[in-house]
Amino acid sequence: MSNGGATHYLTAPLRWLARAADVPLRAWQRMTGQGGMIALFLLPNMAIFSIFVLIPLGMNALYSTTGGVEFFLADRPYVGGEHYARLMDCENYLEPRSCRDDMFWIAVWNTARFVIFQVGVMTLVAMITALILNRAIPAKAFWRAVFFFPVLLSPVVVGLIWRWILQRQGLANLAMFEMGLEPVNWLTDRFWAFFAAVGVSVWAHMGFYTLILLAGLQAIPRDLYEAAEMDGTPPFRVFYRITLPLLMPNLLVVLVLALIRAVQIFDEAYVLTGGGPGTSTMFMTQYIYESGFANLLRNPGLAAAASILMALVLVVLTLCQLWLSRRAGGDR
Amino acid sequence: MRWLVAKRGRTGDGRGWHWTDIATWVWLIGGTILMFGPAVWLVLSSFKTPAALAEFPPTLLPFAQQTVEVEGEQKPLYTVTLADGTVRTMAELRRVGIVAQMVDPDDPGAEPARVNIADRDPVREVDFATENYTEPFMRFDFFLFLRNSVFVTVMATIITLLTNSMAAFALSKYEFRGRNAVMLLIIATLMVPLSVILVPLYSVVAATGLMNNLWGVILPTVATPTGVFLLRQYMLTIPDELLDAARMDHASEWQIYWRIVLPLAAPALAVLAIFSVVWRWNDFLWPLVVLSRKELYTLQIGLNTYAGELNVQWHYILAMTVVAMIPVVLVFVFLQRFITAGIAGTGLK
Amino acid sequence: MNRTVTMTVAASALALAASAQAGEVRMMWYSDGVEGEVMQDLLNRFMEENPDITVTLDNVAYQVIMEQLPIQLAAGEGPDIARVTNLKEQAEHWLDLTPYVEDPDYWRENFGDQFDWMRPDDSDIIPGFMTQLTLVGGFANATLFEQAGVEMPGEGATWDDWVAAATEVQESQQLQAAFVIDRSGHRITGPILSSGAVLKGEDGKPAPLDDAAKGFITKLVDWTETGQHMRDVWVSAAGTTYRSGADEFINANIAMLYSGSWQVANLSTKIGDGFDWVAIGSPCGDAGCSGLPGGAALVANKNTQNPEDVGKVMDFLARQDIVKEFSERTLFLPAHKGVVEAGGLDFQTDDPQAKAALDKFVEASGEIIPSANEIPAWRYANALYGGMVNRISQAMAGEMSVDEAFERIDSDVAEQVAAAEAGE
Repeated sequence: MSNGGATHYLTAPLRWLARAADVPLRAWQRMTGQGGMIALFLLPNMAIFSIFVLIPLGMNALYSTTGGVEFFLADRPYVGGEHYARLMDCENYLEPRSCRDDMFWIAVWNTARFVIFQVGVMTLVAMITALILNRAIPAKAFWRAVFFFPVLLSPVVVGLIWRWILQRQGLANLAMFEMGLEPVNWLTDRFWAFFAAVGVSVWAHMGFYTLILLAGLQAIPRDLYEAAEMDGTPPFRVFYRITLPLLMPNLLVVLVLALIRAVQIFDEAYVLTGGGPGTSTMFMTQYIYESGFANLLRNPGLAAAASILMALVLVVLTLCQLWLSRRAGGDR
Repeated sequence: MRWLVAKRGRTGDGRGWHWTDIATWVWLIGGTILMFGPAVWLVLSSFKTPAALAEFPPTLLPFAQQTVEVEGEQKPLYTVTLADGTVRTMAELRRVGIVAQMVDPDDPGAEPARVNIADRDPVREVDFATENYTEPFMRFDFFLFLRNSVFVTVMATIITLLTNSMAAFALSKYEFRGRNAVMLLIIATLMVPLSVILVPLYSVVAATGLMNNLWGVILPTVATPTGVFLLRQYMLTIPDELLDAARMDHASEWQIYWRIVLPLAAPALAVLAIFSVVWRWNDFLWPLVVLSRKELYTLQIGLNTYAGELNVQWHYILAMTVVAMIPVVLVFVFLQRFITAGIAGTGLK
Repeated sequence: MNRTVTMTVAASALALAASAQAGEVRMMWYSDGVEGEVMQDLLNRFMEENPDITVTLDNVAYQVIMEQLPIQLAAGEGPDIARVTNLKEQAEHWLDLTPYVEDPDYWRENFGDQFDWMRPDDSDIIPGFMTQLTLVGGFANATLFEQAGVEMPGEGATWDDWVAAATEVQESQQLQAAFVIDRSGHRITGPILSSGAVLKGEDGKPAPLDDAAKGFITKLVDWTETGQHMRDVWVSAAGTTYRSGADEFINANIAMLYSGSWQVANLSTKIGDGFDWVAIGSPCGDAGCSGLPGGAALVANKNTQNPEDVGKVMDFLARQDIVKEFSERTLFLPAHKGVVEAGGLDFQTDDPQAKAALDKFVEASGEIIPSANEIPAWRYANALYGGMVNRISQAMAGEMSVDEAFERIDSDVAEQVAAAEAGE
């Protein structure tokens, strides 16, 4: 990192503090050894983490076993596994209409479908963009910035802009009309609304993943390609044999992070389609948020139970991915 | 091969245009339109009047109807097709039902023509409704909200960088019991969206007395699992030999962290800094829960006060959104060179 | 131990200021239009008269009133005064102003009709007053009707008449749809009650949908399928999210909008001279021609530290001249009996159409049927609204049949009633 002058002066007080901290910390190290230092390094983060993430998560588990519409645990009667029973009460899990809480299962399957499409499309688009940005093109930094730019926008703004573009008489249909095409009900047709949600989410996040892939591409030694070129290997084979395997660790990071983000999809889609038409873009987080908070049919216990079920699925997914990346990436 | 490989120099290997070159430029230019277009349109729309914003189909540029002074009053101008087929620009005196009375603005004394409203089109010109910006500035404590936003963003980012890097250091450079358990916990919670634990989190914040307090916005967000994860992955690539050499020189563990690991992790820290700034600046749902006093509002909360039960004053919200976007874009412009370098090392190789 | 230390540090070093000081009153307020500015203006005047009391107006998004305020109240916190629409469900949190206002009888006389909307059943407290009354009702685009050469249905016209007339206009003028009702359970409840439905059972709980209710809902879904009722407004969200059809009306995409009195100011600004529009009250059903009354109230929080000062602020804002001024400047219908009876409200708008529309709403308030009048004071109204909106839009989107929707509405509402009772 080039230590720019401004940064140097801005961080001066911090550096001074750090130097001052060394004396007591050295004493602490002498007293407690390395174990004490590890604890010290972990303490601030883990303390905040425990208070503001773990405790609420634990409380959430308690909420899921209580009933009523009150907000605070003390006011809520214990109902045991009633909410879980309600959520799981289903004749056929693949057919939400046969379930007692059909909305939950609609949200589950919508989310699953969204994750598959969104992660797939985004990885593909990010890969193509990264390959192109890795070519010999002028003003690389500019193009990189172009594709990264939407990452900076807040999800609410992203949803809003696209809603205006895609609504029945929005910019998109105006353009289609000018080109002599039939206008499309982007947001009120089941099929298109779902893909609008996928597309907008790809638009908003692909820049980040493109850069991860681009970084991986740039790290691939050039002589490998030169050797392949001399052997006359066809380009697609080179891509398959050299680029893809060497890019695997980056690709895995992309898949892990993209999957996590996709499961959590909320704001953009909520502002864009509101979950409609009907319920075709209602995802898990919206279900949980609405049933816990916003809905006229409020039931915090049910929302908590749903979120616990969602978390369980996520933990299983993470474990699978960790196992995968361990196999692919060696030590890690 | 050239479609896969970065070549030095502007013209690649000089073999002329390959189809992939054309595809590249189509992708780049198409991408630019797709990426920037919506944002540019957002900025243009923020200059529209409420009526123009509600208009279907929308226009690209903000337009306003031209007016002209007729006998001391401003009257709207229309292009009118008269009964005899002539097309003229006329001012509307008044409209009753579907019949409008129009006169030539240069000859206001003449007998007004009665025109069916289907036979006239408003004359419009580009007009920027700057009052969308100036009115909120005067009425709403913009600079106070800005100060709160800056405070939250800066403090949260500093604390995030410090605590996350310390934890990441411990998790990447020491072997200890429970290390994997801690990592697993962090990764598992990476996935929990805030909206899911909103109610319990509220209870916790209320219990710690941080309601209606900017620290109540800052603290719950700083222990980001994502940050720890990113930094740890990067720090794993720093060779342990460097640390051992420093220990031989009697450096304390704190000094190793401060003097060796932190500077080497600078690219990853820069990435986290950018993300932290963007996240905290754009945070909406959580501050909305914690802050309900106007002297504590951040910009995102402040601009949202224009969303009512039955009506949303989009013209103000859009204008303030654009203003709120500027700092993030500036940060990005200044720090963007770190992003690729930083991401390059995070968790890869 | 570490956790305790951190928490203590956090609590002591960082807690800036939360407790209210004497003479300080906080008011949480949301705005649909200019009312926030008008209120600030009035409060400034109050503070001039009462230099020892500082009132801070916290303008918030409506979302905050709906989603955060309930939690704050449950936590024993919250602002001293708030402008709230979800009145009945939170009735236990409102302060009884009787000991703190100068003349309780003035309050009972002028605002008493709506007290039951915001206090627990069987209590006689003074919880606050309505800053505005709203009445659900329709608007028609007179210019479109004229262009189509269609006569607007007159007094006593039914929903069928209105839809038929609007459809004629739709066909002649190539409109996107004939009419739209806002996506809201509150909006469709008036027509449902007007068709003779009984929604509130003998026991005070929601009754299962009867034939009259099913009849109107079925018609509405059918009208949606035939493209007469605009589908977009209803299917463009899931759950209970509110969507207004006003933008469609403003753009002359529909001949008729069924919304409410609060739209008058909005329509007036955005339509301008674009076309002529009129308020039409509520079309009739078998049991009447009623819309649903409602509105927002200013209520005081039981948790307040300064009930005396709160009482003074409330007294000031409830004064007849202040209510009158507030209504005139915001184009809201006043709830103050004295103001209404005195008449002569000079709504501050240059738009004669807006004035005429407001007058029409005042007139239409005489048509409110008793079953509609008791809805605002009914604690399960929201549960019913939620169930209806959610499922009816699914039926409109083609995800389920109307019969299935009826079943789901009944079971959703029953689950919600059970949940609400579980905590008691």
